[in-house]
Amino acid sequence: MSTHLNPPMKIYVPLDTAARALGADDVADAIRAAAKAAGLEIELIRNGSRGMIWLEPLVEVDRGDGRQAYGNVTPGQADALLNGTLESLGPVEKIPFFARQTRLTFARCGLIDPVSLADYEAHGGLAGLRRALALKPEEIVDEMKLSGLRGRGGAGFPTGIKWDTVRLAPAPQKYIVCNADEGDSGTFADRMIMEGDPFSLIEGMVIAGLATGATRGYIYVRSEYPDAIRILEQAIRIANQNRVLGSGILGSGHAFELEVRMGAGAYVCGEETSLLNSLEGKRGTVRAKPPLPALEGLFSKPTVVNNVISLASVPVIFERGAEHYASFGVGRSRGTVTLQIAGNVKHGGLFETAFGMTLGEAVNEIGGGTRSGRPVRAVQVGGPLGAYMPVSRFDTPLGYEEFDKAGGLVGHAGLVVFDETVDMLKMARFAMEFCAVESCGKCTPCRIGSTRGVETIDRIAAGEAEAIPLLTDLCETMKDGSLCALGGFTPFPVMSALTHFPEDFPGAAKPFKEAAE
Amino acid sequence: MSAPRTAPTEAEVSAVVARHLHREGPLLPILHDLQHEFGFIPETGFQTIAHELNITRAEVYGVVSFYPDFRTEPHGRHVLKICRAEACQSVGARALEEAALARLGLDRPGTTANGAVTVEPVYCLGLCACGPAALLDDKPLAHLDETRLTRLLAEAGA
Repeated sequence: MSTHLNPPMKIYVPLDTAARALGADDVADAIRAAAKAAGLEIELIRNGSRGMIWLEPLVEVDRGDGRQAYGNVTPGQADALLNGTLESLGPVEKIPFFARQTRLTFARCGLIDPVSLADYEAHGGLAGLRRALALKPEEIVDEMKLSGLRGRGGAGFPTGIKWDTVRLAPAPQKYIVCNADEGDSGTFADRMIMEGDPFSLIEGMVIAGLATGATRGYIYVRSEYPDAIRILEQAIRIANQNRVLGSGILGSGHAFELEVRMGAGAYVCGEETSLLNSLEGKRGTVRAKPPLPALEGLFSKPTVVNNVISLASVPVIFERGAEHYASFGVGRSRGTVTLQIAGNVKHGGLFETAFGMTLGEAVNEIGGGTRSGRPVRAVQVGGPLGAYMPVSRFDTPLGYEEFDKAGGLVGHAGLVVFDETVDMLKMARFAMEFCAVESCGKCTPCRIGSTRGVETIDRIAAGEAEAIPLLTDLCETMKDGSLCALGGFTPFPVMSALTHFPEDFPGAAKPFKEAAE
Repeated sequence: MSAPRTAPTEAEVSAVVARHLHREGPLLPILHDLQHEFGFIPETGFQTIAHELNITRAEVYGVVSFYPDFRTEPHGRHVLKICRAEACQSVGARALEEAALARLGLDRPGTTANGAVTVEPVYCLGLCACGPAALLDDKPLAHLDETRLTRLLAEAGA
């Protein structure tokens, strides 16, 4: 073998599904083959994505003097990559898209080997858990309240208050359930953290268990994310072997068992009560609230249901302190938001930043405008149940209350950009159609209203202007009468399309006065 | 896709169920495992599952029919899922799906006459910054265009 004293060249090729979809596996194979042919000793690490999806496969090479990035690497470039003749982008940290971010939750994602617990610990992992183990449950909850963390799945409910409710509920068995049913179009932050830094989610769930007295946890992952499931299961095995999970966590008297469960293609299971039914092995229909899942959740036991990003943000809150986390943000939206810039956008990817950046900055400055090069016409914020924001609302700061005031919702912070070729009547119709396909069928406004919505929009498209008030009325009924956000929020995309883009709705030529609520 | 196409026997269904009986709420893991091993979940297996879990056959049917992933009949040798969600629509996914269906001689998602490919709708694969996205069997595809999709479908025997 080689006689030099230097360690082998380290090469990072992402295993993230987006990178794989853009050819990362072939690139990794080509690099291994080229190294073998050249008699070169290398260490090839499959890391998570750094989040700059438009540069994937983004390969990093460390020749002993720091990591240098190479964008859009093809298998044919393997030799050039190894012999140093390929042009580098420089260190990832210097790329403007990355340099402008505040990475708290995603600090390790893409940096480390996702399934190396040693790598995880070397980058601050488990420090939060060690600190939490020395605290009383109420002190853990207080720290969470102080951090200001609110549910990142979309609802924005204060995480500390939810934990406190479960903590105070007396029961022989309590549960921590992670909602990893990330079905909203334009969102992939959950997938990225599960694939790129799964231990942060595991650590967050263990801390939630310590705070509430829950000793069992489930991660409900959608079946569309097979890689995330595989990596999580591997990470859980390693965590069990190293007493991060199981009995006697890190030598303490605490226990926490964790299991991954796979969804089965139903979007509505992202709704927490439907998810709980699904975990119990039932049809994923929505439950009426109350009772709150915090009091009667999984198998009728007190249950914390939190989104992946909420739980994966917990370790850094305990590692760096709640005050540090809360020092970022705007108004009542504290900490960072993990924007997912998607759709017809030039620089798409994950951008973690303090709450408060405006929508326009995110789309134009960070995202670089459309991929097609045509002007931006609309941005759907917050998934299929989020409003279509016109360019005239680009000054809206990204924050829960701020978006609410502007007639939208931040949701899971996905931004889907559309250029001027988009037909907004078709998008409104799609929102109704999607609701009809995905409705669990439990409540009438959602189950029937969505189908009537498709028909009504078809009538409008055929020139029946008198169907417009009917659509408005239907949206009111769905909003007020639906059991969950699927039927209740479908009016957001529909009404925002009608209100902000009336020119696409025959007979609605002049803009409507009322805002989409 | 190499899963066998024949329906499992009662004993084979029982064996899968037995692997999961220690779990809380074992029905979904059982159904996933059956489908993974045999390619589909035949209705003839419902009674066995119901009996082992002490639930009714109707309850098993209710769960299988609720979730889009579960199928009671085998699908084609390859499965193509083209994303229909908004982010992929913004970069032309609907036209791509229409072109794929036309090439396969299908007027809606389903299986080709020669049994080579089943097209299924999917709403979001989490590849929203690099659409149009699709999943061909287990292989994720991004920045997909008609030329590449046509080549992949030809390779799949369609």
